[in-house]
Amino acid sequence: MVGLSDAAEGGVQPRFGFLSGRRGRYLREALQGYLYILPATIILVLFHFFPVFYAFYISLHKWFIVKGPYIGFANYHRALTTDKFWNAIRVTLWYVVGTVPIQLFLALVIAYLLFQKIRGKEGLRMIYFLPYVTSTVASGAVFAKMFNPTFGPVNKVLAALGLPMLRWMKEPRGIFTVLGEQLGIHFPFAGPSVALVTIMFFVIWFWVGYDTTIFLAGLGAIPYELYEAAKIDGAGRWQLFRHITLPLLSPTTFFLSLVAVIGSFKAFNHVFIMAAASANEIGGPLGTTTTMAILIYNNAFGTPTFGYASAMSFLLFILILIVSLIQNYIGGKQVHYM
Amino acid sequence: MSTKAARARPFRPQIQLGRLFIYLFLISGALLALFPFIWMVLTSLKTQTEVARGAFWPEQFRWFNYIEAWGEAEWGPYFDVHGKWVPGYFLNTLFIAFCTVTANLFTDVLAAYAFARIRFPGKNVIFFTFLATMMIPGEVTIIPNFLLVSKLGWVNSYLGLIVPWTASVFYIFLLRQFFIGIPDDLYDAALMDGCGHFRFLIQIVLPLSKAALVTVILFSFIGSWNAFLWPLIVARDVALYPIQVGLRSFITEMGNEVHLMMAAATFVIVPVLLLYFFTQKQFTEGIATTGLKG
Repeated sequence: MVGLSDAAEGGVQPRFGFLSGRRGRYLREALQGYLYILPATIILVLFHFFPVFYAFYISLHKWFIVKGPYIGFANYHRALTTDKFWNAIRVTLWYVVGTVPIQLFLALVIAYLLFQKIRGKEGLRMIYFLPYVTSTVASGAVFAKMFNPTFGPVNKVLAALGLPMLRWMKEPRGIFTVLGEQLGIHFPFAGPSVALVTIMFFVIWFWVGYDTTIFLAGLGAIPYELYEAAKIDGAGRWQLFRHITLPLLSPTTFFLSLVAVIGSFKAFNHVFIMAAASANEIGGPLGTTTTMAILIYNNAFGTPTFGYASAMSFLLFILILIVSLIQNYIGGKQVHYM
Repeated sequence: MSTKAARARPFRPQIQLGRLFIYLFLISGALLALFPFIWMVLTSLKTQTEVARGAFWPEQFRWFNYIEAWGEAEWGPYFDVHGKWVPGYFLNTLFIAFCTVTANLFTDVLAAYAFARIRFPGKNVIFFTFLATMMIPGEVTIIPNFLLVSKLGWVNSYLGLIVPWTASVFYIFLLRQFFIGIPDDLYDAALMDGCGHFRFLIQIVLPLSKAALVTVILFSFIGSWNAFLWPLIVARDVALYPIQVGLRSFITEMGNEVHLMMAAATFVIVPVLLLYFFTQKQFTEGIATTGLKG
């Protein structure tokens, strides 16, 4: 170890001529740099970088466990012309629309209130954060059972309040259809299935604490003098929030919305588990909770059509890129940096 | 004095009411966040009939449920039918987590240091290529990775479970941000003393970066503990199952025995919750920096 470090430091005279002198020192430093990044690079190239190209290669083939013939973009064509694919896109988009804004709004309100001079602030923040560290397998199972139509506490509470009970994970019909039925109104659209809404509750529960923590860090970074100055100018509480807090917090909000949207597109574990944990009971979501990630998993490891699944994963990748670009475009106009 | 108090009084109830509302809101929110945990633990202590009836509070705390749930699956070490010792879900996970964390510390610290301090051609290009891979969804890489791991003969082995996760762009980024913050003066002074990169890293950078290192250890440990999709695909034998995969098969097998299911969920969640309780400060700082730097 000592020998290695000595050589690396140039403590001993280099054995090779080209490594001595001023140029040599530069070269030695560069070699050292490559040496330091080598272990990480091997792993990242092998398991993160190269697989992208390999996945593309797979997607151009008929690949049923083992490699079949080259078929061009047939797998993409097949994906884009099946209902299942578009259904998964629809489910995923509902999932994003139904979770991201609510989760960010709740987190912003909680962070703003926690940022006031509040007693027990740290304890509260810690409680809000707890869901984020739990394994989604365990907490997803807990949610699936909490929303059980017969013995779950959620329906018990609804019943106690005199509200109609829902079938939650067992209800493939749209939330607006079901609510409309109860209220005697006919909505022109069905909306996400009640089963998907159940999953959305989980997602919001899981992420709010994380978002709150990051919002709190963002709030802490806003200089206090700005508020003081605005107060002297006679700004009220709402004006302070509207004209100082919100704009200066916008980079944080932007970051969180990006993370949340990308995360939503990859939603797998909890969706998988919440469906599995209630699989033995009668009824089911009938594919209304099949997000893109679930569809890809089913096609890759349920029926091992690797080529088809890879094509879909690429389409998902493109979708994520497009949405991120749009977000960046909108965000670029809205975000204010100090 | 009395006039002042009289004047101030009309305003006070309003302010107090606002405060009260804030506390009410925050506390009910916290109760909602806690409710699933409370329900999980209470349910884990019920009888099966109590669960079916939907009773909120168990008549008697059945701690025995935990022993039963533990006995129903391969959570702990055991001897299989051939008399071979098998570590079980928990030890599997601890072993995988230990290897992953150690390897990550090695690869990520070195790379982060190089990106922060060493001058070499192509540094920025390589670094940004690394960062760009963070955009790639796991769905894209999982199939080729599975094929690659099969070619290497690592399916259904610890190697297959561990090796793909032994370096992380995220941790490299996190550490690099931290290393960059270490003043240049320190390095110049060390250089004067004839100190090179390796010794500077070991003797000065690492001791100064304890907070960042603890964050990486924590995050990667919890990441391994909660890992699900990859082990679900790679671990075929029950003997190799880490806890999340074990819990998943437990959930599907237990069916109606929700009390046992919740007992298992409890012992899978609790270790991480305890870890979080004791390392809260590090954790929050780590999370907050990722947000601010992003």
